[in-house]
Amino acid sequence: MVEYGDIRVVYRGGSKINFRKPVISNDSRFLLCASGESVKVFSSVTEECVHELRGHTGQVTGVLLRPSNHLQVYSCSTDGTVRLWDFTDGILVRTYVVGYPVYSIYASLNHKEVVFIVTPVQSDKRTELFQLVAVNLPQTPDQLVEARDLSAVLSDVSSNPSTIAFGRGGEYLASVNNLKMEIYFFKKNKSYSFSLREYTKNGGKNTFTCIACHPKDDCVATGHDDGKIRLWRNFKQKKEYTYSTLHWHHSAVSSLCFTPEGTNLLSGGVESVLVQWRYNQENQKDFLPRLGAAITHVTVSPDGALFSTSHSDNKITIIQSCVKVSAVIQGLVKGENVTTGLLVDPRSKALVLNGRPGHLQFYSLQRDKLLFHLDIVQQEYIHEAGLEQFEVVRAAFDASGLWLATVEERKQKSAELELNLKLWSFDEQTQSFVLNTTVSAPHEARITAMCFSQAADSQTTTLVSASRDGHFKAWQLGLPAHTDDEGPSWSCDFVGAYHGLVPRCCCFSADGSLLAVGFQEVVTVWNPTSWELLTTLSQPPGDVRNLCFGQLSCSKYLLGSNNKKMVCCWNLLTCSLEWSTSMDVSLLLVDSRSENMAAFCCQDGSTDLFVFKPSEPRPLFSQKAVCSGRVIHAVFTPREVMLESSEESSQWLNRSQLYFLTEFMDLLTFSTKAEEEKLMASSKQLVIDDTVAMTPFYLLLGKHRHEHLGNEESAERTPLPQSSVAIKELLQTPAHVLPATSFLCSMFAKSLLISVTETREENKHVDEEMESEKEEEDSDEEVETKISRPEQEAKGVQGGESTAPTLTKTQVRELRRVRKQDLSWITGLLDS
Amino acid sequence: MASFKPTQIPDLPKLGEKITEDTLYWKNYKAPVQIKEFGAVSNIDFSPVSPHNFAVTAFTRIHIYGPFSQEPVKTFTRFKDTAYCGRFRSDGQLLVAGCEDSVVRLYDVGGKAALRMYKGHTKAVHVADFTTGRYQILTASDDYTCRLWDIPNAVELTAYQEHTDYVRCGVTSKLNRDLFITGSYDHTLRVFDSRTEKSVMTMDHGQPVESLLLYPSEGLLVSAGGRYVKVWDLLKGGQPLVSLKNHHKTVTCLALNSSGQRLLSASLDRHVKVYNTTNYKVVHNFDYAAAILSLGLAPDDESIVVGMTNSILSIKHRKNLEEPKETSKPRRRPSYRVFMKGKNFVPKQDDYFVSKPARQHLAKYDKQLKRFNVSKALDTALEAWLRRKKPEVTVAVIKELDRRGTLKNALAGRDEEQLSRLLCFVIGNFFDTRFTPVLATTAEIVLDIYQCVIGQSAVIDRHLIHLQKLLEKEIYYQKDLMEILGMLDTMFAFSLLRKESVDQIMFKSKMIKYEPKQPFIVKLTTN
Repeated sequence: MVEYGDIRVVYRGGSKINFRKPVISNDSRFLLCASGESVKVFSSVTEECVHELRGHTGQVTGVLLRPSNHLQVYSCSTDGTVRLWDFTDGILVRTYVVGYPVYSIYASLNHKEVVFIVTPVQSDKRTELFQLVAVNLPQTPDQLVEARDLSAVLSDVSSNPSTIAFGRGGEYLASVNNLKMEIYFFKKNKSYSFSLREYTKNGGKNTFTCIACHPKDDCVATGHDDGKIRLWRNFKQKKEYTYSTLHWHHSAVSSLCFTPEGTNLLSGGVESVLVQWRYNQENQKDFLPRLGAAITHVTVSPDGALFSTSHSDNKITIIQSCVKVSAVIQGLVKGENVTTGLLVDPRSKALVLNGRPGHLQFYSLQRDKLLFHLDIVQQEYIHEAGLEQFEVVRAAFDASGLWLATVEERKQKSAELELNLKLWSFDEQTQSFVLNTTVSAPHEARITAMCFSQAADSQTTTLVSASRDGHFKAWQLGLPAHTDDEGPSWSCDFVGAYHGLVPRCCCFSADGSLLAVGFQEVVTVWNPTSWELLTTLSQPPGDVRNLCFGQLSCSKYLLGSNNKKMVCCWNLLTCSLEWSTSMDVSLLLVDSRSENMAAFCCQDGSTDLFVFKPSEPRPLFSQKAVCSGRVIHAVFTPREVMLESSEESSQWLNRSQLYFLTEFMDLLTFSTKAEEEKLMASSKQLVIDDTVAMTPFYLLLGKHRHEHLGNEESAERTPLPQSSVAIKELLQTPAHVLPATSFLCSMFAKSLLISVTETREENKHVDEEMESEKEEEDSDEEVETKISRPEQEAKGVQGGESTAPTLTKTQVRELRRVRKQDLSWITGLLDS
Repeated sequence: MASFKPTQIPDLPKLGEKITEDTLYWKNYKAPVQIKEFGAVSNIDFSPVSPHNFAVTAFTRIHIYGPFSQEPVKTFTRFKDTAYCGRFRSDGQLLVAGCEDSVVRLYDVGGKAALRMYKGHTKAVHVADFTTGRYQILTASDDYTCRLWDIPNAVELTAYQEHTDYVRCGVTSKLNRDLFITGSYDHTLRVFDSRTEKSVMTMDHGQPVESLLLYPSEGLLVSAGGRYVKVWDLLKGGQPLVSLKNHHKTVTCLALNSSGQRLLSASLDRHVKVYNTTNYKVVHNFDYAAAILSLGLAPDDESIVVGMTNSILSIKHRKNLEEPKETSKPRRRPSYRVFMKGKNFVPKQDDYFVSKPARQHLAKYDKQLKRFNVSKALDTALEAWLRRKKPEVTVAVIKELDRRGTLKNALAGRDEEQLSRLLCFVIGNFFDTRFTPVLATTAEIVLDIYQCVIGQSAVIDRHLIHLQKLLEKEIYYQKDLMEILGMLDTMFAFSLLRKESVDQIMFKSKMIKYEPKQPFIVKLTTN
């Protein structure tokens, strides 16, 4: 990325986890999925990310368990390498350099140390042709291995990984592309191809979309564009093949998968229903409906206990044996366009934007985790292509986070637009937003801007919405009009217009005493209490695009940018233009914690950033070419801990962070060197237990456990009696062979007593001798050293003397007696 | 796996009058009891002591009714001419009344003949009242004078000759025995102090004054005359506070409810209006059959008594809350055992819990929608009960089908009976503005689908012709409304041109805006 001093632009969070099929480990405890340039290892129970396997420099395009070692995993990437990882420890084992971009990876048990990869055909770069290549992986202990032993298996394959599958443990390989299916038998070294006509008689499209091979039987299942599934059999001959058709899906089947025993076939598609077909009894099927979004991949764990489905809304669902959803791993949902823009919830400091259709998502930036989805539309979503449904298009929070306003709209083909304005209040008890008021058709046309009065102390907050119908409306919380209504609800307080112009943006001043509404070329300033038009400011030509008031000491300034490449700053005390400059600002935003403002300027394909104070002529910070493409949304988020950076250029990042979204839906932010160092230091401190996810709860408990472990070491606990030979014998011998209980009792009791050490156990008789007070000097010393331990114990309990004084023989004897008596409860104490 | 989200039935705005606490309070009266009197009922006065009988002055008689009686418990008939203003003393023992023959009579409530007669006025006496000292009577007459009389000796104490027209109303102060106020047809209100010879305060009402009312705190005075009700601040030397013009005929009578929070005014326009005394807005309105001359409110607002020009006395009693409960018999419910079965079972330590997922309850049409049975969903939504009682549910289902893009499928393939049911519903609710957008698209689709079968069924054809007629009518209405709107616009535009007048209007509206703020201050000072 671009470097500038010690501030640099970094990708933050929300990479795709539904890009490729996830992989479930053999013991069903982990789920691995490709996510951007790394592989993420999730716990399938807690949904937490346990490891992130970093190392690839390109997009990871496939993850595959190593057939010969189920604790290792292959990953391939467009950077031309295949890497072998130990995913339980998160260690890179080996890197194989292939040299060509890899689009998918396959392996089977039959082919030891060979992986099959899909690479583009080198000869022709213009057409998108791909071939399946077998790669021999050389067995060397080196970290970096060149794997140049390539042999082409199939040409003309699709780059989509779900179009190739191994059948019957690797006997054959089936691949589909468009209208052709090709099955390659390794032993015969011969391939058969089958093709279909493009359209069926009743107009269904026959194009292949995915394939799955039965693990035990000679059967290949293929999915088609028109929702049909075909089961092919007897394909060892070219002529006498047969197929049967299953049809439930109404649109393309996107993924197919057989369970490991081959008893069931799973399929999924746009309908977001997981269908389970019984193999050989295809009229029996089970459904798991309403999984949330279109299914893109279906996988089964090697033991068949867990299914997982990837969805188009960047989500992986883990399902227990086709009946119960046990876990949902959700990433940041980035739809086609972020209509609501980026917002920050003042309460949770989470990033808020529209997620799945009809929902708002709350995304924690600190933890890089999706917190929850808030259902705005509250309607059943129909998974059907080409259907106009309600979308959340605007959202706004008030300063305290008590109120959330959302606008949803549905554009019908012929009839007029349907609009709903909803106001949500935060409920302390349930810790979520509860619908308070629904205003249907608040405006006659689309709402262009919406904002809350930002004054935190005022009791009544005002919402202003501006619309293309030429009006802006102020909404206020009022007492119930009807006695049978429960609580206060929102109603329209004022409707404003200015010469029939269309308002494009609105903004409240920091103290809520002024409202600025941009009517095309004119900025009008209103008094929100009396709704008087105070003044109009205009600086033609050009429609006002962004408006914002200065903060803190610069609150007397109002800034606006227009579409004719001008930025103007008005002084509200004198109502005159303070300064203006020629700049094509696409986005102007203000940091609520400081006087700083940020302006993103779009210039020939890349975006520049300027951070400035309205009162100062020189920008605090500027960076050319922050990213390629336009920045469509940006937001300042307050930091939890203030940074103490003294350098002038990075001071603006001390109190808040700047997040922005490019037109390619990348979420980026600025980070300083100091911050990164801090992060690195903290990550080094955390030594991750390999099975348990790093959660605050774990940190708390793990620390405690470490202490506990330390205690045990210092106390040097003797092995538990279970391990002693006598007990083992006692427990393992059948009861009818054992002698009488009374006989065994003393032996059993003795074995329960904790001897000092194992070495001590060997010379038990010495102990007995000591009791008869006949000891040699050396054994005495030995005793002393050993006794010091329980003495330390006692010290621990009493918190008394500092050093162990040398003991006389009588004292030693006394102590030993005490020890023999009390040992049991001390161990009890230790155990507890 | 998310559960199925049922169809949303929108909470549509309720049409018609808004229900407020006031409407609930003032509507909580039974159907009125109507009693025919001998002539126009000119005055109603409630006895200040329990059981709160009330004296009704009508023509030459004064009837005294008990709180629930429909027959008078007592009658005073010894008047030579029309009697006026029969009023009780504060102990409820004595009653005074003026008369057309200028003689004021004093009665014992228990007796029949007049105890005393006060002669001195030269014309009809329309006002007679006791002072708070209990031993004096105030009278005011059409001879422009008002006089104070000593009760036992029947001697005139003072006479004030300041009014220049008939004196038709007067009140005595409840707190000060020397203070009384009279209102006259010379448009003035005068405050008198019996210790001085002249009036101490004069206010100009602007219309002949018909009625006067003092607030319990006696800081505010309400006067009614012409179409206006005016409130005066006595503590500020008779400054006008509010002028209310809510009636379109002369206001004849004023009353205050028991809490002092609501002011009632009765008028010849047959209405009784209830005002909120904090902002002086009308909160409720009663309609009567004839012009109202007198109004009385029982203590605790137990009954509202209104006397009218057609000599009918209407008494409304407050409803008791307990009564309606007796009518509904408690239904026999399943026994306690049924509900408690297995509920008090305490699981043992080793028991394995099988959690049963709570079943989502769905309405019938939602069950069909869940299964994508669109036609059946529409059928269930068009069931007779839903169609008639809850049209919003049916409309919501149609809307949901439209959203799913399957409305056409749901509407198609219907037989005559189903189609006529659908058309009935569309016709019945087409002009409800809340449903029009949805039903218009429905009607369009229906016409598109079934246009080939028009003429095959008489029933359907009748419905379609009906719908067409309705539409033509509606278009005609809309045209008219648009014309009116255009006319109004030109008028407004014209009025806006004359800027001066606009400024004046602005100024006036500001004045009105500021006025209601003052009662708050007064209240603070008086309480």
